[in-house]
Amino acid sequence: MRAMVYRGPYKVRTEEKDIPRIEHPNDAIVKVTRAAICGSDLHLYHGMMPDTRIGHTFGHEFIGIVHEVGSSVQNLRVGDRVMVPFNVYCGSCYFCARGLYSNCHNVNPNATAVGGIYGYSHTTGGYDGGQAEFVRVPFADVGPQVIPDWMDEEDALMCTDALSTGYFGAQLGDITPGDTVVVLGAGPVGLFAAKSSWLMGAGRVIVIDHLEYRLEKARTFAHAETRNFLEHDDIVVEMKKTTDYLGADVVIDAVGAEADGNLIQHITSAKFKLQGGSPVALNWAIDGVRKGGTISVMGAYGPLFSAVKFGDALNKGLTLRMNQAPVKRQWPRLFEHIRNGYLTPSDIITHRIPLEHIAEGYHIFSSKLDDCIKPVIIPSES
Amino acid sequence: MPYTAQKPEPPESPDELRARIPGWGVDADPADRPSVPKERFDLPPTGAHWEFPERQEELAPRERSIEHAMLTPVFGTAQPLSGLSGLIRRRAYDRYSEGQLAHWLLLVLGDRVDAVENHLASFATLRPDNPITETGVLSEPGHRPISSRFGRKRADLKHMWMDPFLVAGPWIAGGIAVAVVASKVLKRSRG
Repeated sequence: MRAMVYRGPYKVRTEEKDIPRIEHPNDAIVKVTRAAICGSDLHLYHGMMPDTRIGHTFGHEFIGIVHEVGSSVQNLRVGDRVMVPFNVYCGSCYFCARGLYSNCHNVNPNATAVGGIYGYSHTTGGYDGGQAEFVRVPFADVGPQVIPDWMDEEDALMCTDALSTGYFGAQLGDITPGDTVVVLGAGPVGLFAAKSSWLMGAGRVIVIDHLEYRLEKARTFAHAETRNFLEHDDIVVEMKKTTDYLGADVVIDAVGAEADGNLIQHITSAKFKLQGGSPVALNWAIDGVRKGGTISVMGAYGPLFSAVKFGDALNKGLTLRMNQAPVKRQWPRLFEHIRNGYLTPSDIITHRIPLEHIAEGYHIFSSKLDDCIKPVIIPSES
Repeated sequence: MPYTAQKPEPPESPDELRARIPGWGVDADPADRPSVPKERFDLPPTGAHWEFPERQEELAPRERSIEHAMLTPVFGTAQPLSGLSGLIRRRAYDRYSEGQLAHWLLLVLGDRVDAVENHLASFATLRPDNPITETGVLSEPGHRPISSRFGRKRADLKHMWMDPFLVAGPWIAGGIAVAVVASKVLKRSRG
């Protein structure tokens, strides 16, 4: 089969690999019909995630058709069209029993600090991902779900991570009606978090970024006010001014490890890997939220330390909430919102790229060329 | 203003927001939010039909965090440890917990050694690494390379120039080192 393969920082290519095989009785092999490149894939692409091995196939956002099932699989049949949450999880451990599917303890031998994720290095379990023609899906009776007949397949693809994560991020904000919500980052997760904040009754939603085309999307797609942080001497002061010097009730960090806005922080983390991630967005969140407010962290950070202004968080009495999204937990309610027309997730897709052109896809997304917001990979056209 | 007790009024009323934004407020009640509270026991069945999953066969010794009591019943088998990078990574897993900086720094070192090992090995294959095609720079024409970057404010332009050096730098340094060593060997053999 053809698969995306990592060849070192900033380098990927398409290679021929063996079709994955059933390795556990509850495995399924899925023929991928659509995959997406996530902003967090860029952390791997840039070499920021420890134990990202040469030859690894990325891709934790994908949908496809069941190609083969293991002997104990009861809920899926060959030929089913399925959407697969980015979490690999068993459904039965201490954490899964409490709904913390992203924190499963039975799928990642490499680390206890993170659950299992498809195509996201060996730090998350060493599973090849879905930017390929086929992918191994463990616990096929637990994670994957048959795509509803009425659902557009690219809407389903967005549910596997970006939409679910944005929606989850808004929930972690504990938004109450009339709250002012600031979303840092106008990428896919930020756009979905902004849109979800309205569903929870926000009174104002303000999205901050430096890429004007993404801010335009935040205005038109997510109905949000926007601020370009490059147009303000100090974006924290602007956040205070625009909230009558109170600060936002809720700030959602949808940027993560490669945040811009402070050159030293960015270079020490994204370029020289001396931090687990650039804490610029997180520090803006801490400074820009009101005292007693809530910060929801959806941006991905690596396991190394970062220079976070923790004293300010303490002194302001903040609530910091975060996790990888337990994706499937969001789906029943998200499906209702999509069916009712409240959410139109595939509207954020800007590029569709054949698997054979995977290197170009990563470069366009990483370099923010051509107003790229969300690239989708199409294996079948390769 | 925070100097008095009142919360600032939003610029739009709930009715105005409801009229402007599809679905405004439909999840205002926390009971409608699927992840509230964080830990719940009343969720639909996960589909698991086991108390503890059957164990995946361990065909080769699988590295694991020493914070785990045992190898997890299911695990990824992509890219097993190999070469010098494998020894470094094995040391990181066997000796240091995730709480120790040495664990992660060794894994980062393993990544860099892995890259060098594989790049060199690729030259002994029919498909050696090609930084031109693998970095995707050939996509620049046709995707507005100039107008995407210039004439609009972008914070990342301040450091984007470093990326080619990060990709090519180790190879240039390696090439210089090889040239220096070769030159010295040549001089000695002549002398």
